[in-house]
Amino acid sequence: MLNYYFTLALRSLKRNIVLTVLMIAAIGVGIGASMTTLTVFRAMAGDPIPNKSRQLFAVQIDNWGPKRGIVGGDEQNLAEQISYPDAIGFMTARAAHRQAAMYATGFALTPANPDLRPFQVQARAAYADFFPMFEVPFRYGAPWTQADDEAHADVVVIGHDLNDKVFGGSNSVGKTLNLDGHAYRVVGVLERWEPIPKFYDLNNDKYGKPEEAFIPFTRAIDQQLSSWGNFNCGGDTIPAPGWEGRLRSECIWIQFWAELPSAADVERYRAFLNNYAADQRRLGRFHWAPNTQIRDAKEWLGHEHAVSTEVRILLLVSFSFLVVCLLNAMGLMLAKIMGRAGDIGVRRALGASRRAIYSQCLIEAAVVGLAGGLLGLALTALGLLGLRSLLSDEVNRLTYLNISDIAIAVTLSVVATVLAGLYPTWRAAQVQPAWQLKAQ
Amino acid sequence: MLKMTHLSKAYRTEVVETYALRDFSIHVREGEFVAVTGPSGSGKTTFLTIAGLLEEFSGGEYQLDGTNVRGLNDNHRSRLRNEKIGFIFQAFNLIPDLNVQDNIEVPLRYRGFDGAERRRRIQDSLARVGLSARGRHYPAELSGGQQQRVAIARALAGSPRLLLADEPTGNLDTQMARGVLDLLEELHRDGSTIVMVTHDPELAVRAQREVHIVDGQVVDLAPQPRLVAGNHVNP
Repeated sequence: MLNYYFTLALRSLKRNIVLTVLMIAAIGVGIGASMTTLTVFRAMAGDPIPNKSRQLFAVQIDNWGPKRGIVGGDEQNLAEQISYPDAIGFMTARAAHRQAAMYATGFALTPANPDLRPFQVQARAAYADFFPMFEVPFRYGAPWTQADDEAHADVVVIGHDLNDKVFGGSNSVGKTLNLDGHAYRVVGVLERWEPIPKFYDLNNDKYGKPEEAFIPFTRAIDQQLSSWGNFNCGGDTIPAPGWEGRLRSECIWIQFWAELPSAADVERYRAFLNNYAADQRRLGRFHWAPNTQIRDAKEWLGHEHAVSTEVRILLLVSFSFLVVCLLNAMGLMLAKIMGRAGDIGVRRALGASRRAIYSQCLIEAAVVGLAGGLLGLALTALGLLGLRSLLSDEVNRLTYLNISDIAIAVTLSVVATVLAGLYPTWRAAQVQPAWQLKAQ
Repeated sequence: MLKMTHLSKAYRTEVVETYALRDFSIHVREGEFVAVTGPSGSGKTTFLTIAGLLEEFSGGEYQLDGTNVRGLNDNHRSRLRNEKIGFIFQAFNLIPDLNVQDNIEVPLRYRGFDGAERRRRIQDSLARVGLSARGRHYPAELSGGQQQRVAIARALAGSPRLLLADEPTGNLDTQMARGVLDLLEELHRDGSTIVMVTHDPELAVRAQREVHIVDGQVVDLAPQPRLVAGNHVNP
């Protein structure tokens, strides 16, 4: 019977083409508006590392004390970043399964190829664990080692695009790169790796692409590579002059992540952090009770408001618009179905049960929903194209439709239209064949 | 075949209760051709819609082909209607955007027949009403008489045990009406049980038996000569 109902639906839709077009347009516009926003929202709210997001923890420690409010700090007065002394303290302790202190920096790259002009490269100084911890995929070579960290080695891992640009996409492992006038040996080239959001550093360009070069943290400190990201000294936390003064200061500019595979590891690490803070108090650096926190990647994204309030409000508004569109479609469907009350009465007289009438009308609604979904998809693509021309490059990475977005658009359209069709369908099933036939 | 006993049908509003049928009893046997007559508003059509399971009744009993229909749910009533009853309406009630074959196919679809069986039954019923060549025509392309024949073909296609006809010639001119009545008589001769509602006494005499309704009740009629299959017979 499904085939039969489908054929009847197509016939019915062809019968009153104006009403049909209006219904499909109402649904298509609603779906287009809501999906445009939903696509951006999903990209922002997605889990950038689903396999490990519950095992990777951002580490926070209060090194400023309760009397000094932190701009942008949370309810615990904790900032998103930590100071260099704490980063070194945590790295030295190596209390986690893996751990990495890191910060955003950059270089001027002078290519060996004289045809290429020098250009700026955004980089990240990190420890070797950064790569296995975040499951960063490699095209060529491998990450540097802990031995390289300890040796402050002149090594670099470069991104896919930079390798294409400087080395024409070939295997550049073993070749050297001139960064800020120093030669760095390439040990690895990444596959395309673009976590959205860039969860490991939400302070700096959170929807942007990952950096194109990675060097050992220890080497970056030796080279006095300054932070290209957020550097917060706040209040009376004024660093002493020079690079050494900056390193010894309580300024916060380093992100710290720990991999803790089990609940027991998490508890142990919490204890470690509190003990560390207590030690700092004993040593006279902190004058307050230990105040530390660790949050896994999912919690971290929520805590750091990876999805802005504006986007949430926009999503709500666009889905409200979809509801208005569906109410319009429902009205049109009602008019269409009640215009066929005579036919429905005849079908009931010829043996159609109420269930059969329900099926026939709901399949018709589903066909309208499918057509509306396809139109909505086209409008979503147009909407995203429009957003791309209006928004910054950073946000542009959020404006792409993937297979799951397409599936969501079509499913949402069909389900929403069928739901909107329930009332008209119920009315159709209530048609009293006797009255209809008497009236005729 | 059709037996109603002390049946009543009341239409209620907040302030008034109106009986369309009251203490209504009728028994139509298998193979009979019965005309139900009466003035406008007497309850003829209400009787027909209750007989056709299109409407519930308020009291009494109704047995259709041995099945007590009181309290049956919508699915069961729809199935009984589909399997046992064929309807012929005054206004034909063909679905305008379906061609003749598709119109006849409607009850067969709900019956669950497969494609081959549906095609066979459509061809047979069209042949029976003399419209084999009109299968792909749409209702608007046919005369009134042809449309009523299509409606009869649709009613016959499911081999129903009972044909219910509501003023089947009411929208036809004399010549077309005669053709439709001849067809009904032919069906009766072939064994169909037919109940025809009409307000026209001249049509009623073509039936085997006449039941007269006044104010929702059956009233006795003086015996009248009957014309069955072109012959006058005594009741």
